[in-house]
Amino acid sequence: MTLSMLYGEPRVITVGAEVLAEALDRQAVPQRRVDWRPPAPGVAASLARVLADPRRVQANATAVGRMLSARPMLTGVRPAREALGLEAGTFFHAGPPITWERASGPMRGALIGAMLFEGLAATPEEAAERLASGAGITLDSCHHHRTVGPMAGVVSPSMWMLEVADAEHGATAYCSLNEGLGKVLRYGAYGPEVIERLRWMGEVLGPALAAALERCGPLDLRTLVAQALQMGDELHNRNRAATSLLVREIAPAVVEAAPGRAAEVLRFVNGNDHFFLNAGMAAAKAAADAARGVPGSSLVVAMARNGTDFGIQVSGLGDRWFTGPAGVPDGLYLGGYGPDDANPDIGDSTITETVGLGGFAMAAAPAIVRFVGGEVADAVAATTSMYEITLAEHPAYQIPGLGFRGTPAGIDVALVARTGVLPVVNTGIAGRVAGTGQVGAGLVSPPAGVFTAALDALAAA
Amino acid sequence: MTDLVEVRPGVYHDSVTLMRVSQALTARPEVAVAVVAMGTDLNAGLARDLGFEVPPTTPGDLLVAIRAATSADLGEAAAELERQLATTGSGGGKARDEAPPRTVRSAARSWEATVALVSVPGEHAFAEALDAVEAGLSVMIFSDNVPVEQEILLKDRARARGVLVMGPDCGTAVVGGAGLGFANVLRPGPVGVVAASGTGAQQVTCLLDIAGVGVSHVLGVGGRDLSAEVGGRSAVQALRALDEDPATELIVLVSKPPAPEAARAVRDLGLATPVVAALLGPGEDDLTAVAEKALRALGRDVPEWPCWPAGEAPAREGRRPLRGLYSGGTLCAEAALIAGADTATEAGFVDFGDDAYTRGRAHPMIDPSLRREALRGVASGVVLLDVVLGHGADPDPSSWLAPEVRDAVARGVDVVVALVGADGDPQGLRAQAARLNEAGAAVFTSNAAAARHARRLADG
Repeated sequence: MTLSMLYGEPRVITVGAEVLAEALDRQAVPQRRVDWRPPAPGVAASLARVLADPRRVQANATAVGRMLSARPMLTGVRPAREALGLEAGTFFHAGPPITWERASGPMRGALIGAMLFEGLAATPEEAAERLASGAGITLDSCHHHRTVGPMAGVVSPSMWMLEVADAEHGATAYCSLNEGLGKVLRYGAYGPEVIERLRWMGEVLGPALAAALERCGPLDLRTLVAQALQMGDELHNRNRAATSLLVREIAPAVVEAAPGRAAEVLRFVNGNDHFFLNAGMAAAKAAADAARGVPGSSLVVAMARNGTDFGIQVSGLGDRWFTGPAGVPDGLYLGGYGPDDANPDIGDSTITETVGLGGFAMAAAPAIVRFVGGEVADAVAATTSMYEITLAEHPAYQIPGLGFRGTPAGIDVALVARTGVLPVVNTGIAGRVAGTGQVGAGLVSPPAGVFTAALDALAAA
Repeated sequence: MTDLVEVRPGVYHDSVTLMRVSQALTARPEVAVAVVAMGTDLNAGLARDLGFEVPPTTPGDLLVAIRAATSADLGEAAAELERQLATTGSGGGKARDEAPPRTVRSAARSWEATVALVSVPGEHAFAEALDAVEAGLSVMIFSDNVPVEQEILLKDRARARGVLVMGPDCGTAVVGGAGLGFANVLRPGPVGVVAASGTGAQQVTCLLDIAGVGVSHVLGVGGRDLSAEVGGRSAVQALRALDEDPATELIVLVSKPPAPEAARAVRDLGLATPVVAALLGPGEDDLTAVAEKALRALGRDVPEWPCWPAGEAPAREGRRPLRGLYSGGTLCAEAALIAGADTATEAGFVDFGDDAYTRGRAHPMIDPSLRREALRGVASGVVLLDVVLGHGADPDPSSWLAPEVRDAVARGVDVVVALVGADGDPQGLRAQAARLNEAGAAVFTSNAAAARHARRLADG
């Protein structure tokens, strides 16, 4: 056999003892040192089993290949009742499954608001009582129903949903319509103005967008996201470019489809820099779902928080959740709010990081680098560190500032457990008291234990 | 003229990048015209105006239209297109963050390497070594305490990828002139070495170097490779690789006595290159004899192996105990065999490089503390030690050992040193020998000669 290393100049990757690396330096041998650090205690045995699995390399290539080849198209806007078969008294919520008893303030606030919106209670007190009693109430995770929701992520039958179809693999995913910032349901606010806005969204915004989409046809979200990244969005905490592009795409059709309402609809969409977030989340959900169910794959297909728990799901481990306590984000606060007002991490918007956007694409969004430490270099460092724990680079989602390198995409549980490098997650911060709304935005780290628990499960599978 | 028209849905590149790609393609002599652009109505119309048959496109599709003289030219242009599109995502290396990689996988993705050197603690070595193999790199695993089933799995995957796993517990290798691990500075030459024993290979190659004969490559395979379980998986590959190598005229195989099935595996290869086998053990040649055999096979003279005898020692009465305090396992075994160490009556020979002594601490070639303690505990008789020079090893072993030798000699202990090194080694072979000799030790470049001398001293 011909062994290529015997021919040509030796170039050595070194990992481990510094003395051996220095010996190569003294011989002037070109060298790349690995900055190795031991994994958490107890990881090595499971890691070795998972790495030795003969299915792993191909399984991960298949899973991440599906994720990266998804072509999410915004195809429609429909009420949840109709799109998801959601019945009165059933509510979907963000994150892994949770009960009313364990739900945090903003999650309870959003559920109360949804009860009021659906006419299932006349007052917040009555809504809370009925939710606590559980009579006629069903709570379930959005993720179990091809759906994602930002922050509390509460979905009730009368809410209108963005429908995204994956033109490559055929699946469909859903996300609610974005309400804007400030006092909104997803941050746990349920005052009259919140309910009033939801009504307007159901009566005016949803139908107008639906009619517009019927006119202009499905919207290619993969292309839109790719362009927004090159315009300074990371698609989680910054959606300004994507929202602008969306408005450009649909405005003529809105005017044609709903001439009487076009101005208020476009004013609403245009006035909310995060309007695109929910479409981007549904697109991400469609891509992540395409990667589910590949036996032997250690790819993360969902990261989600319910305000109490942070949970992940893994391609090779079915619908099982691995959960740990949700952390409190480290970030910037609005007005007089501070860290004491912050609720633990909440929302399905980490689906953006799951597919290589959000914190993973921080280097694309210099305008919001203050969330990651203040310097553009910090944003670049955040993104580049994510290449250490991801399986691929996105072929369409590229970062101009990194020489159009693809975003780091497809988190590998084994790489996270091995390096101890945790996914960088950008997030909004909800007030901990029900009804408060948003108090800030920043960064949060997932609990490391969810990745090692998933690794152990892969090793045992 | 022949046309290539492709529509790639969902592939996005910015227009500046695509103009650059189109220009680069059109500039090629075999290409008549090329349009690589997003599938807007404008671009699709442009391509149609040029006579391409363009199917319906959307602005979210990448449109590729190339015209060339022949289909072979078209194939070349298409390959160039892929290269150009791939380069747009590579960042050209400049804008990338300088943060060091955290795994071998990551390092291999961003930097073109020929080999990886893994020396993390044994329980973690598997992940890094597997990264290398999966990236198509040969790997030297210096780490010990790696489970044998992981070794077998790595070696099987490596064979499938056409790369070599050197180790685990591989102390030395010389690949293309680069010394990996504990490596002597050897002159280039015709001898290729396959070694299941690091210090054994160092002894042979250092003696060859002293005799003026250099090496092509030294490929360690790990001390367990020729066991029944591992079955010579890496030795077979390494022998075949050296057989292919035009620079290698003679192969020396150094190993502890192999398991019968492993011995069969390495014997039945039908190599074109002559092989001198050093299968250490009772009834076999010692390492010095192997080096001499290799020299003769190459038609070279066998020199007197340098040694520095100790000064006149006072006459000792009768038979005295002989201790061997070694850092190299093979050197230790060889010395014990030659000295006929009687473990029943003598405290015997200890290999401080054994896994049992290195768990959680550095190798004795780097950290002398355990050997120093053992030497201080010797009250009388004869002590035999090895000192191994080269990159990676103690930068100045005589600085700690010479004072200990002086003290031992003052206690009435005879000290004999087997000094394994080459003239090019950074520590200075002759300078180290002189300092140890001045302190009162008898110093030999041949371990076998050192062991014979120690035996004679102990026998009185």
